[in-house]
Amino acid sequence: METCKCSIRIRDLSVKKGNDEILSHVDMDVHHGQIMALIGRNGAGKSTLLKALLGQIPYQGEIAFSDSKGDPVAKPCIGYVPQNLVFDRTTPVTAADMLCANHSRFPVWLGHRKEKLDRAAALLKKVGAGPDLLKKRLGSLSGGELQRVLLAFALEPRPDLLLLDEPVSAVDRRGIEAFYDLVTSMRQEYHMPVILVSHDLSHVEKYATCVTLLDRTVLKSGSVKEVMSSPEMKEVFGLTLAGGDK
Amino acid sequence: MNAVYNVIDFLLPFEWTEFQFMKNALLAVLLITPLFGLVGTMIVNNKMSFFSDALGHSALTGIAIGVLLGIDNYLASMMGFALIFALCISAVLDSGTSSADTIIGVFSATGLALGIVLLSMNGGFSRYSGYLIGDILTVQPEEIGLLLGILIAVVVLWILFFNPLMLTSINADLAASKGVHVRLIEKMFVLLVAVIVTISIKWVGILIINSLLVLPAAAARNISRSMRSYHGGAVAISMLSGISGLILSYYWGTAAGGTIVLIAAAIFFLTYLLNRLRAR
Repeated sequence: METCKCSIRIRDLSVKKGNDEILSHVDMDVHHGQIMALIGRNGAGKSTLLKALLGQIPYQGEIAFSDSKGDPVAKPCIGYVPQNLVFDRTTPVTAADMLCANHSRFPVWLGHRKEKLDRAAALLKKVGAGPDLLKKRLGSLSGGELQRVLLAFALEPRPDLLLLDEPVSAVDRRGIEAFYDLVTSMRQEYHMPVILVSHDLSHVEKYATCVTLLDRTVLKSGSVKEVMSSPEMKEVFGLTLAGGDK
Repeated sequence: MNAVYNVIDFLLPFEWTEFQFMKNALLAVLLITPLFGLVGTMIVNNKMSFFSDALGHSALTGIAIGVLLGIDNYLASMMGFALIFALCISAVLDSGTSSADTIIGVFSATGLALGIVLLSMNGGFSRYSGYLIGDILTVQPEEIGLLLGILIAVVVLWILFFNPLMLTSINADLAASKGVHVRLIEKMFVLLVAVIVTISIKWVGILIINSLLVLPAAAARNISRSMRSYHGGAVAISMLSGISGLILSYYWGTAAGGTIVLIAAAIFFLTYLLNRLRAR
């Protein structure tokens, strides 16, 4: 995998649903190599912002991707690891079906070509999972296994941006640590920008490089230390974490 | 066509193949059932069985519009209405104002009731009641050609668009992250189902067309462990029920469509039991 030197620039982004303004005049920059944690209370618009980045909802304002030279990236590739993937657990889709459908035009209902299966196995290896997962149906995977399959899915083709929406909510504590260690190592290796939505502030402190506090608009943005110790943070969460005093 | 009939006579020298209408029906079954098996997989996966049922019901209104416009071939009016009907359901579903089953239920009832009212206005509903149960024995050679064309078109579409369709069915956001035009893919599939339902309704019937679309895929899903086995199973079960149902209906003197559906239902329960036994 090549390295990614993409950056994202969000300017004056607003999202309306009926008369409600879910997001209002959001400005945000995420540079390559950053893990930016997006935090805020429930209903702050975090998932809406991710949907806007995915192009799934209409918005006003600008979302621009640029490469290391500052040239615009017209069709950015986004790797997305959703929160508790909502899907029919009885569906006969295997991990191999999902990964091969992503990186091959060959219809998976006719089977898989060997080189595509090898590629899927290599992706799983990259995220610390064995090839045995390939034959398993998605619904029979454990929470940790599914997150690894989703991360492998997100990493192909090379994403210009990695979006992690509460990516570990269905995983046990050891699995959470392993997952974040993996994301951190990938960020160091490939330099892709990462936007991480999380409610767990201890994880944000440990793994993020910068933080944006959102409540329909950006309340505070900056380094982990700056945001964690800010009055806005106190107001939203009613606390200051130990890390904020580091 | 005679060459095809000769092949059937040579391969299947039985009493039921002596009649030309049975040969035509067999050919139609050999084309319709793999088509239904293939498309049924994603109808079941996308939880759209109620939707395809509503499309079947809308056919009555399509026929009524054809009658009002003085069109002899109702296929055009049925198809036109079904496509608009499908897009309307899809648009209202997208608005998220009510649950999917409520919205589809409302459209389904409206499509059926409107058709009944329009067709019964001059007291002539009984003339069209044949559409309710269909009759595959009435299929004509030129219609078999149409079915062959549809089957080829669907297989080509399935080859070109299946992967994005499957990703969309797993999770729309996930598919969108990979550049899949989720709405476009969903609309395309909805229109494809509308076309297939409309074209087949004359031979399969409004009341049972949905069973034929859903049952083989649902049965295959009980025992499938991958997309390939799911598709293989659905097509095989669909063809098996189609051919055996047609033959049995001849010897039992029953309606072919209903007999085919009953066999598909029996296979569904069999695979359901197999799945339960395997799960223990």
